[in-house]
Formats: sequence, structure tokens, C-alpha cells
Amino acid sequence: MRPIANTRSTAGIPTGRLAVWWVVASEIVIFGGLLASYVMQRLAHPEWTSQTAVTNVWIGGFNTFVLLTSSLSAVLAHQAAEHGDGKKAAKLLYYTCGGALTFICVKAYEWTHEISEGYTLSSNTFWSFYYTAAGIHALHVIAGGIIMLFVAADAKKNLELHRVELIGIYWHFVDIVWIFLFPLLYIAK
Amino acid sequence: MAEHAATAHEHPNYVKVWGILLVLLCISIAGPFLGIKVVTLITAFGIAIVKAYMVAKNFMHLNIERVYVIYLIMTMLVFVLLFFAGTSPDVMKWEGDNWVKPKVEQASSHAAAHHAE
Amino acid sequence: MAEKIAGAQEHRHDEHAHHVETFWSKYVFSTDHKMIAMQYMFTGMFMALIGGFFAYTFNMQMAFPGEPVPLWGGIVTPPQYNALITNHGAIMIFWVAMPVLIAAFGNFLIPLMIGCDDMVFPKINRLSYQIFFLSVLVLLSSFLVQKGGFGGAWTVYPPLSAKHEYSLTPMGSSLFVVAVALEFVAFLLGGINFVTTAMNSRAPGMKLYDIPMVVWMIVIASILFMASVGPLIAGAIMLFMDQNLGTHFYDPKAGGDPILWQHLFWFFGHPEVYVVLLPAIGITADVMCVFARKKLFAYRTVLYTVFATGVLSFTVWAHHQFIAGIDPRMAHVFTITTLLISIPIAEMMFVFIATLYGGDISLTTPMLWALSFIAEFLIGGVTGIFLGASGADIYFHDTYFVLAHFHYTFFPIAIIGVYAGVTFWYPKMFGKMMNDTLGKIHFWGTIIPFNCIFIPLFWLGLAGQHRRIYDFRNFPELAQYQPVRVFAASMLVTMLLFQLLFIFNFFWSLWRGKEAGPNPWKSNTLEWTTESPPGHGNWKTLPTVYRGPYEYNVPGRKDDYWPQNVPN
Repeated sequence: MRPIANTRSTAGIPTGRLAVWWVVASEIVIFGGLLASYVMQRLAHPEWTSQTAVTNVWIGGFNTFVLLTSSLSAVLAHQAAEHGDGKKAAKLLYYTCGGALTFICVKAYEWTHEISEGYTLSSNTFWSFYYTAAGIHALHVIAGGIIMLFVAADAKKNLELHRVELIGIYWHFVDIVWIFLFPLLYIAK
Repeated sequence: MAEHAATAHEHPNYVKVWGILLVLLCISIAGPFLGIKVVTLITAFGIAIVKAYMVAKNFMHLNIERVYVIYLIMTMLVFVLLFFAGTSPDVMKWEGDNWVKPKVEQASSHAAAHHAE
Repeated sequence: MAEKIAGAQEHRHDEHAHHVETFWSKYVFSTDHKMIAMQYMFTGMFMALIGGFFAYTFNMQMAFPGEPVPLWGGIVTPPQYNALITNHGAIMIFWVAMPVLIAAFGNFLIPLMIGCDDMVFPKINRLSYQIFFLSVLVLLSSFLVQKGGFGGAWTVYPPLSAKHEYSLTPMGSSLFVVAVALEFVAFLLGGINFVTTAMNSRAPGMKLYDIPMVVWMIVIASILFMASVGPLIAGAIMLFMDQNLGTHFYDPKAGGDPILWQHLFWFFGHPEVYVVLLPAIGITADVMCVFARKKLFAYRTVLYTVFATGVLSFTVWAHHQFIAGIDPRMAHVFTITTLLISIPIAEMMFVFIATLYGGDISLTTPMLWALSFIAEFLIGGVTGIFLGASGADIYFHDTYFVLAHFHYTFFPIAIIGVYAGVTFWYPKMFGKMMNDTLGKIHFWGTIIPFNCIFIPLFWLGLAGQHRRIYDFRNFPELAQYQPVRVFAASMLVTMLLFQLLFIFNFFWSLWRGKEAGPNPWKSNTLEWTTESPPGHGNWKTLPTVYRGPYEYNVPGRKDDYWPQNVPN
């Protein structure tokens, strides 16, 4: 007897997608709270400029490019899944995972460099926020990448194709968080 | 099933959207090099808002999603702004000199006068 | 009508047909919402014993300072006292009120009341309990580590909570923060299940206004929780880092701000009290309608009022910080919003009274609890108005007036509301009736001492008695009120002893209670249309709904109730 609960759609939207939107909604407040706290503190401390000048806009910009491109492959994967092409969807999801991996590697290189210069988590409150905000974001990138691997594995066998869209929505959200983190930490410093 | 039909012929050209996003990215990086603070702020955050909107609309398909999802997202954003509005008077201006405390000032000027004697 | 999920060709097959249930799969690793509800309920009740024991211990210290406390094993030292009051507060809110009111009742009732076989994500449901259970273990372990549990108040303000040289509990502080963070994650996961299930898996024919009020309330509470906890999760991560990784988010000497924590905490902390209030109101509403045999007065108005209350609850938070040094101009704003929020709550009280008016009232044990909820919460509510006015709060803040106020709100929520719900749904959960006489004795034995404890505390607060003080003999102007404290402690012991009656009744009825049958209270809602307790999958044939949940004493009908699933 298959469970009935998750096959109904009284609200007119498939249950999985509804749930992902609620997850995104609660994450908005988490990141929003963190970033709002950062903005308030940054505005209260103009003297942090000497610290913020250190962040490298080219590395940040490259990472933004990586995430935007991975969002493209994610939405193309969704399109493929809609047309029932599980193999293509899986391939595009693997590209997205590749983007996630690239992002993390670039970030690792960036942080290693900054830490070796002495800009550590506790050296200045700006860096505390920098590593915390980008770090929590990076954790979401890693989590998203791992889930994406599972979804891709199923999609390759044409199973659970609706999940391609769902992990895509989560991934686009992670991308949007970075779209705001990038100017905050790298441009309008 | 309605979303199927809608996405089948309404979806934008995803690659074109991506191209526009990259152009916006370049502009936002170039912004600070002009040196004008207001321009930097607009290119940094204004463009961020535009990019987020484009990703939300085109990649997350918010334009064809049930409208209450959009209400949900907007409500959460409003709560974040509300948090910022309620907290910033205390955190952003932490020196505590936003208001005048006449009795305290009188007392301290008396004390200073006494000390001077 | 079941809609196919768009784009899905095939699913992996989860065959439920012939699974053999072991002890572990049935009781420990179950994905059945009813079993998960029981897990939450029993865990919450166990934590209530611990939280109640802590209250007993620190009250004994206050009433008989310096004396050894029976059952504690010696005297209560100041650090222990601080840890007791801190953890009493945290446990009662996070590990009793929330798991029982939201997780236990939500898990048990939502699928049953909307006519569905389980939650939409049973495995995530199980995961949420597992994370919750982990948070319980982490919290309990904080009492056993070197230097003991955290003692800096449930509000965890830095720098006291952030610096070990101030808190004197290096491990306890961090474990406390981790426990709370895990609890938040558990309830975020659970909340998504509740909201999505209630939105999407209703029985055919159940429109939004046919949903029983308690389901609405738990769903709205989950939404409020999801929307408010975000900044605090960020803040808790920052606090943990301050405690352990040398950051200075909240350290003013190094560019941080302790007031930031206060705002992060209370931005969540205030909606949180509505998160626990709403399910209690929902339980009261449903119980009252059954035992007044009358429909809920102004169902839609109540609903809209609750939406308004929910939104307003996000605009009042800094009334907890009136004298913390916030901008006085913001204090104006928060005074106005705080006073405004009393209006929708008062309106709900009026709705309850209007529901009772003209009803065919039977004073069963659940009904007694529901009625007392209104009376006691009323006292809590009106005393909140004194505190919401920032001018008066300059005097009242941190006195026992605040303490009495929030016990007059929290006790109805976490104790009275829970007892109303448990005594009402016990027959459905366990298939047996609880003993009504014992229930009534337990009721009076709880309510009368409760008022005896806390009414004098309003007066003590007016006299200037401050909160979180170890020994009032050190304050000459307050030492004279020691007889009041002794009286309060003796009433607390009385009240705690009466709870033994409930525990006895609960377990004795499991074995020797009268068989309940499917619908002993002759209620309309869907959970009463299946057997008690419901079997796996809840119904053999899922019900269809034809009307709202409160059609009692409808003119022209033979019975005084009209179940939702009956076609005519």
C-alpha cells in the first residue's frame, strides 16, 4: 500500500516543490539575519576598511561566474527532466556539481592565502563575519552538491525526475545568497 | 499538470539570461574603479537585486509559480527588513549619542566645574 | 483528487504490504506519525519532570536559604542555583512546551484531522525526532560536565555567556547553545512537514475553512517559528564561535555588540511565545466546542485575528529590552505595538466566551482545563499591558512582576493547554478512557496551588523583588517578605505532589481504563471516525469531508453532532 499523503495536492502544487519553497523561506531569514547583522556592524565600524580592502574582487568575481554558470546548468537539467530525458538531466546536474566543487576549491585557495597572511577568524570582527557568512554559504553549497549527486544518480535511471527541479530551486537560492554576499564582501566593502 | 504546458512554451532562453547575468557581473566589478561612491553602491547592490530578480524569475520559475509562493518569499524578506529596522538604531549607532540627556549633561558639567576648583 | 506529481515517471517502490515489525522498527525507528508523536510526548513529559524538579529545588533554596534541599542532596550553591533557573526556563519552553504542543499534538492530530494516512515526509519526520532527541542528550550532558550547566539565564546574553571567565561554565555554556541550535533544526524540519501536509494532503472536500482550529494553529505556529528563528540561528552560531573560536561578535572591546545578540534573541523570542500560545488556543477552542456542543463563534474572524497576531508578534520584540539601553525613540514604537497586540488576543477571549454562551456545557476534565485556560491566560494577558508600557517597565523590568506575568501566560500554555489536550485525546491515542474523578481532583489540585504561588509574586514584584537572586536575606528591604516565599514554595510542593495523580491516572488507565471506542466524546472531527488507537494508515478507506468541524446542535437533526465525513 503506497502512502497516500504525498500524492495529494490540495494546494495546487506538488508537495515536494511546496516543501522546498518552505525550506528556502526559512533559509532566507537565516541568511537575512546574518547579513543584516553584518551590514549593521559594518556601517557602525568605518575603520574596518583597512581589513575589507584585502578581499580579492577577481577571485570573488570568478566564483560568482562559476555559480551563475552552475545555475544555468541546473535549470537546463530541469528542462531536460521535464522532457523526460533523465540521462541528459543527470549530465547537466553533474556539471552543476562540478561548479560547486570549483567554487569550493577556489574558496579554499582564497582562504588559505588570507589565513596565511594573518587574516584569521578572530583577527578582526570583519573577518569573523567574512568567514562565518561565506562559510555557512559554503556549507550550503557542499550540502547542495551532495544531494545533487543523489538526485543525478536517480535521474540517470529515469527515476524521481521531479527532484531535479527541486534541487534546482535550492541551488538557485544558494546562488542568490552569493549574489548578495559578493557585493557585500568584495565590491562595496 | 498546468505547469507543464506553461513551461513548455513560456520558458525564456536560459542561455540568454545567463549571458545578461554575466554582463551585469562585469559591470558590478567595474563599478568601484570609477571611484564615485554612489555609483559603486548602485552597481554593486542595484545590480545584485536585478541579478537576484532575474534568477528568481527565470531560473526558479517564480513567474509561473503559484502566487502564494511569491507572497511567502516577500513576507520573509519583509521580516528581514523589519529585523534590520528594529535593530539598527542600537547596533549601527552604538556610541549612544543619538539623543540628548540634559540632566546627565548638567550633572557632568557641574562635576567638571567642581573638579576645576 | 490525487494529482500526479508533474514530471515523475517512476518512483522507487516502497512496499508496505508485508513488512514484519520488530520492537525497533515499531517503537524506535518508526516513521508512523502517531508513534513519532508519542516519542515527542513522552520525551516532553520526561523533561517536564526535570524542569519541575529544578523549579522545586531553586524555590526551596529561595524559601529556606542555605538549608539542604530534600531530594537534591545537600545545599544549592550559587552556581547551581543559576544553572537551575536557567535550565528550568529553557527546558520548559524548548523541551516541554514545544515538543508536546507542537510536535506531539501536531504529529498525532494533523494527518488524522485532515483525513490522511501519514505526514508527507515520514522519514524527515523521524529525522526531526532523532535530532530533537540528540538535543535532549546534549542538554542533559551539560549538567554533568565539569563546572556544571550553563547559568546565565535562558536568554543567554553575552558577554556573560560568551566569555568563560564570566560564565564559569566553559563546557556547559557551549553545550547549552548547541542543544538549543539542534532543537531549532529539529523543529524547522518538523514544521515543514506540518505545513506541507496541512496545505497539500487534506481529504477531498476539506476546504480551508473546514480545517479544525487546532490544526490551523499548529500550522501557523510552525510558520511563525520558521520565520522568526533564522536570525537567532545565525546569532547562536556567532555566539558559539565567540565561546570557542576566539571571535568577538558580541564583544564591544573588539568591535562587537552585545545588544546585537539581544535583538537577535528577542526577534525570535517574542514570536516564540506565540508559537507555543497558538496550539494551546487551538486545543482550547476544539475542546470547548465539543463540550459546549456548539460551533466555534466566528471561526473566520478567529483565523484572521490569528494571522494578524502572528504578523504583529514580529513587531513587538524590543519590549524585552526597554531598559537595556536601546534607543528610547524605538521604545515608543515598541510600546505602541505591544499594547496593540493585546487587542486580537482579547478578541479571541471574547470569541471563546461567545462560543460558550447558550451552549450545552458538560464539565468534563478536558473542559475544566479549557475553561481555566481562559481565566488564567486572561490574568497573564492583562498584566502584560503594565509591562508593555515602557515607562512602567522601567520599574517592573526584571522583578517578580514579570515572572508572575509570564507564568500566568506560560502555565496556561504549557501545562493547562497540554492537560486539556492530553485528557481530551487520550482515548484516541490509547483506546482507553482516563478516570474522570481523578482527573478533576488533579485539576483542582493544580489550579488552586498555581494561583496561590503566583498571585503573591505580582505583589512581591511591586515591592521591588528582583529576579534571579540567590538569597534575599542579602537585601534588607526584601528580606521581610520571606514568609511569602515560604508560602509559594509550599504551594509549589503541593502542586507538584498533585501531578503524581495525573501520572498515576495516565498509566493506570492504559491498563485498567474503560474501553474508549472510536468516538467517546461524540465529536465531529475526522480523527474520531477511526478506531482508537488508529491502525497503520489510519483508515482502511480515507474519508471525504462534507462540512466544517463544528456543526453541533444543528436544528432539525436528531443527534447533537454531525461528523465531517457523513454525507447527510
